[in-house]
Amino acid sequence: MRPGKLEKEPYNVIIAGVGGQGNVLLSGFIGAALVNEGFMVSVADTFGVSQRGGSVASHIKISRKTLYSSVTLKGKADLLIGMEPVETLRSLAEFGNPGIISIVNPRPFYPSGGVAYPDLGEVRRAIERMSSRTSYVNVTEEALKMGNPIYSNIILLGAVIGAGVLPLGEESIFPLLAERFPGEILEINLRAFRKGIELVS
Amino acid sequence: MANIATLKPGSTCLLMGNEAVARGVLEAGAGVASGYPGSPSSEVIPALAEAASQTDIYVEWSTNEKVAVEVAAGGSFAGIRSFCVMKQNGANVAADFIVNLNMTGIGGGGLVIFISDDPGGGTSNNEQDSRTIAKWIDNPLMEPSSAQEAKEMIKWAYEVSEAVNLLTFVRGVGRISYTRSNVVPGELPRKAQPEAVFPEIWDRNNPRKSRFTSGPFPVFHAPLHEKLEKAREIFETSPFNSYTGPEKPELLIIACGASTSYCIEGVNELNLEDRVSVLKLGTTWPLPEKLVAKHLKTTCKVLFVEEMDPFVERSVMELAAALLPETAHLTFFGARSGHLTPYGELSTDSVIGALADIMGITYQPRDRAYEEMCVEAAALVPGRPINMCPGCPHRATYWAVKNGLSLDGRNGFVCGDVGCYSMGFAGPGFYQARTMHAMGSGTGLASGLGKLGRFGLDQPVLAICGDSTFYHAVMPALANGVYNNSNFTLLIADNSATAMTGFQPHPGTGQTATGEPAKVVELEAVCRAMGATVETCDPFDLPKTIDTLLKMMAEESGVKVVIMRHMCQLVKGKRKIAPSWKMHVDGSKCLADACGCHRLCTRLFGCPGLMVDGETGKAAIDEALCAGCGLCAQICPAHAIIGEEV
Repeated sequence: MRPGKLEKEPYNVIIAGVGGQGNVLLSGFIGAALVNEGFMVSVADTFGVSQRGGSVASHIKISRKTLYSSVTLKGKADLLIGMEPVETLRSLAEFGNPGIISIVNPRPFYPSGGVAYPDLGEVRRAIERMSSRTSYVNVTEEALKMGNPIYSNIILLGAVIGAGVLPLGEESIFPLLAERFPGEILEINLRAFRKGIELVS
Repeated sequence: MANIATLKPGSTCLLMGNEAVARGVLEAGAGVASGYPGSPSSEVIPALAEAASQTDIYVEWSTNEKVAVEVAAGGSFAGIRSFCVMKQNGANVAADFIVNLNMTGIGGGGLVIFISDDPGGGTSNNEQDSRTIAKWIDNPLMEPSSAQEAKEMIKWAYEVSEAVNLLTFVRGVGRISYTRSNVVPGELPRKAQPEAVFPEIWDRNNPRKSRFTSGPFPVFHAPLHEKLEKAREIFETSPFNSYTGPEKPELLIIACGASTSYCIEGVNELNLEDRVSVLKLGTTWPLPEKLVAKHLKTTCKVLFVEEMDPFVERSVMELAAALLPETAHLTFFGARSGHLTPYGELSTDSVIGALADIMGITYQPRDRAYEEMCVEAAALVPGRPINMCPGCPHRATYWAVKNGLSLDGRNGFVCGDVGCYSMGFAGPGFYQARTMHAMGSGTGLASGLGKLGRFGLDQPVLAICGDSTFYHAVMPALANGVYNNSNFTLLIADNSATAMTGFQPHPGTGQTATGEPAKVVELEAVCRAMGATVETCDPFDLPKTIDTLLKMMAEESGVKVVIMRHMCQLVKGKRKIAPSWKMHVDGSKCLADACGCHRLCTRLFGCPGLMVDGETGKAAIDEALCAGCGLCAQICPAHAIIGEEV
């Protein structure tokens, strides 16, 4: 997808993850960038279990024409940004369809309270079977290499922009990063963002 | 989050509904804003507080919703436009004042309350429809369908409030409060606030405005109904009521609030634009009856789409009954017919379900083969129970409680309360909290249960509350317990913030909503002054905390308070306080399944920072999550979890 060009009306994006992983930060960047590019955008984040380890999802509906309700219709997602494998599959089961594109952080985030995590290989095979295209980006691993897992969502943002699955280019994100991360923390976040682009190129 | 005071009028911004509401308050020129944190309404006051330095508005976090609305009403009485915000449960706390305010009417400045309800109950322990309160007290109510409309509606609500001299409600839902979407800010008023003055008592030109006493009520009750009829007249031509669709539809949908866009999307998805119309009601109480009656005449079938109570549904059916026999041809669908539920959150999918059934359409979003894969996938996906954060002091508190009660051996129990520590009723708090109702109820229940010794209750009675909850509603219950010589132990989980709703300050934090220094209302001093025995512990010092609990429970009478003081881990993170410990597991000491502890650390203790290493089967620290609190080193029976001081 080229910057400024929407291939489908509306275009439905879901960011699936676990409370505390930062999906609201990610949906905020994408939403603000889209508004700046002149799109009509509704962003709905799961509320209540953020920071508390429950499964969360942000839904972004993008349109050129009108403001839609924020929640994706069953089976109607176009792009799935998975911050965690099982959460990716959870969203696919509800909102997936044969055309969906999935970009996934393959690192599991284990549920607490003794809940068993399914076989990761089986989860990955199911994600691939249910998506028209699947890309894995090791964002947590890369963030830990940079010294803090907190950078993983900015790396993921870079990967999503680099993959060309949103009507946004990297230029739409730079000013937002500068606004959000003032002073010396900007540099490392820019590095994280570029790392994400590099991972998918 | 953008500063809502500096948004450029006419530009397009991505704003959360709650931020749009706050911008509406500024655009309306309100001079007083108050509230108590409660999701889904919590972000309105912080947005206003951030704007307070650039605009002429006083913003406060009040100790509870009743005080908040009293503070705002004070502003109105003195002639200043005032605003108050709360979640649905807060409306109950505020109700005692509001049910008198309807009689007195407001002052010279308009008074608007924004209540955000929580269909689906994602952030609440009830799912109440607060619209009923507007009907109960005969005050006007409106419901926005988007963030932009929420902003416009707040402004208009001030005009209505001042025109009819009544408090006016704007009711949101979580989906409106939390959705971020395109919003175009308007101009902020240029003129300064009017001079605040409480009216002169003998101002003969304005006798009504010189006093605000709700009695004698016969004098005020009849005028209240006249005011309500005036509001109805205004609502008949409200710009927030609109109609889309054919002139004579096969089916008329009457929708309000967040449901409106679900209806429009559902109609489009099923290609019913030529057969089905949508009457959107922005003003839902009092019902604009002439407008609704006009549309009822154009159709034979009506579907009501609204979240939770069939509030509009009942009003319209009541109207239809009054209009008989003209309305005898109508068939109604909605909550009553079972096409939609009077509970839970609605969605475009639920509207599509109702429409497909009424219109005789088959709707299949995905083909069968894909649907089968979805079923298989769903079976593979485990549940993900919510948990306390890594490093959360409540985990330490409940671990101390669990062990303390077990050592005490008399079947003691904890009456729970509302906050992050509500999770004490489930696995994250080791199932220790045994009740959960309203704010402060744990202590009230404990006060009663602590008097039942005479009937043989010999179990230690404990209650728990948070620091913010203590000021909100626990103080009267604690005084009650002391006064009536009850016997219980109150644990105040003081994590230095209203953590559940986003770390808002409160009377114990030394800071106001706008960041100015404030006197600290000290927990220890308040509890001692009330006559309780008080001890303070750091719950991460497990041996001392457990000992203190045992000592308190052993006392035969009186009210005891243990303040469990440790800063919320997320506040520590925000203040960039470094972790105290660097944790690792000594693989030679962790015996995994051979230990006999049955994986105490991951199964029972359950901190998200602990995991089982897939290769070795032994416990491991998840570096991406561990907060370095060091607590798990104290609980491992094999001493395999090691903390190195950082």
